[in-house]
Amino acid sequence: MAKIKYIEFNGTEHEADVANGLSVMEGAIQNDIPGIDADCGGGMSCATCHVYINDDEWFRKLPEKEMGEDDMLDQAFEPKSNSRLSCQLIVSDDLDGLTVHMPEKQV
Amino acid sequence: MIKTDVVIIGAGPTGLFCAHQLGIIGLKCEIVDNLDKIGGQCIELYPDKPIYDIPAVPKCTGEELTNNLIEQIKPFNFNFHLSDRVQELKNENNKWLVKTLNGKEFETPNIVIAGGVGSFEPRKFPTKSAEKYDGKSVLYSIKDKTIFKDKSVVIFGGGDSALDWAIELSNSSKVTLVHRRDEFRGAPASVQKIKELSDNNTIDLITKYSIKDVKGNGSLESVEIKSESGESKVIKADYVLGFFGLIMQLGPIAEWGLNLDKKTIPVNTENFETNKKGIFAIGDICTYPGKLKLILSGFHEGALAARGCFKYARPDEKYRFEFTTASSTIKDRLGVKE
Repeated sequence: MAKIKYIEFNGTEHEADVANGLSVMEGAIQNDIPGIDADCGGGMSCATCHVYINDDEWFRKLPEKEMGEDDMLDQAFEPKSNSRLSCQLIVSDDLDGLTVHMPEKQV
Repeated sequence: MIKTDVVIIGAGPTGLFCAHQLGIIGLKCEIVDNLDKIGGQCIELYPDKPIYDIPAVPKCTGEELTNNLIEQIKPFNFNFHLSDRVQELKNENNKWLVKTLNGKEFETPNIVIAGGVGSFEPRKFPTKSAEKYDGKSVLYSIKDKTIFKDKSVVIFGGGDSALDWAIELSNSSKVTLVHRRDEFRGAPASVQKIKELSDNNTIDLITKYSIKDVKGNGSLESVEIKSESGESKVIKADYVLGFFGLIMQLGPIAEWGLNLDKKTIPVNTENFETNKKGIFAIGDICTYPGKLKLILSGFHEGALAARGCFKYARPDEKYRFEFTTASSTIKDRLGVKE
C-alpha cells in the first residue's frame, strides 16, 4: 500500500491509498481523481495517463522506463524530461509518498 | 440515400465481428470509419504488436487479426465507408437517418456504435496561436506536397511521419526538424538518413526543443521554440508541420442524446442497446458492471447486439438460433459449397 498524491494542473490536490500491484493510473481511476484519462486502459498504447514527477529524487527512484514509454510520451500533451505514463508506475510500498502532477490536459 | 438493416460505426475488430454476426443471421450492414483503413486501434496503434488473448489463437498481431476478420466477412460483401465520420442522427418513424461528414446518407432501424474510444484525430500543437493558421500554414497531414517547394518548413516530431516528410521535403524545401529529445522512434534507416542530412547541412536538426509560439502578420512568418531550461530560438517558417501521432476524441457521438459515463456509453447486457431504441454500443466504448476492455468481450457483445438488431430489422419474423456447423441457410449465406 502506498499513499499517492495527485495534483491537478489547477493545483487541486487528491490523496489516495493505492494497493500494491495497481498502477498509479489505476489508483486515480478507481478513486475518481480527475486529470488522468487512460483511454487505452493501461496498455501503453495511448498517452492519456501522462504525469510529471516534479521531484528529481522521486523521478530517479522510480522504476526505469521500459522500451516504448518514451515513444508514447512523444505523443503526449507537452511532454517534458520528467514525464511518465502513470500506467507504467506499479505501486509498491516503495512508492509511499509519491506525488504526481497532472498536465493541463491529456488530449 | 442508402437503406440498410444496420449502420456500424467503427471498423475495429468489434465492429468487424458484429458485421459477421449480422451476415450470419441474414442482415445487411454498412460500416463507417474515420480512419482511411480497416482495423481500428489494432491497425492504428499496434499493427505489429502480438496479441496473446484471442481465444484459440495463441498469438497474432493487430494486422493479422484485422486481415483474418476481413477475410471472415468477405462472403457478405458489406460496404465500407472509410475516411468518413457519422455526424448526425435523426429519428423519423422508428428509423434512424444517418448523415456523414462526406455527405453520405443512410436510413436504418439500427445503429451499432463500435467506436473504440472515439475517432482518431491528429494531436495538435498546444499553443493557442497555432489555431489561427490551422489548415493553412500549420498542418498535421500533407495532401499536396508541391505547396512546400522552395519554402521554409519546420517539422515537429520524432516518429516515422516526421522523419519521412523531413527527408522527402528536404529535396525541394528548407527543412528544420525539431524534436523534444535526442532519440527518435522512427525506423532506424530513417533516423540514420536524418543524421546524414543534418551532418551535411541539408536539413537543420534541433533536438530537446518544443514549440512555444507561432508568429506572423496575416500569414505565418516564424515559429518560436523553447528548451526545457528556458532558452528559446526563432526560426523563419512558411509552414509548420506537427506529427505527434493520433489522439482519440469522442466527437459527435457525445451529441446524440446517449447516456454517457465519462467517455463510455452504458448499455444493458442482454442486447447491448443504449438508452436510445435501435442504438447499440459494443467494444471499448460501452460500459456495464464487470466490463472488460478485451477484444474477446467485444466479439461477444457484437454477437448479442446483432440479435438485438434483428428484432427491429425484421419485426415480423422470429429470430431462430442456428449453428454454423449445421445450418444450410447459414452455409448459403457464407457461400460454402459442400
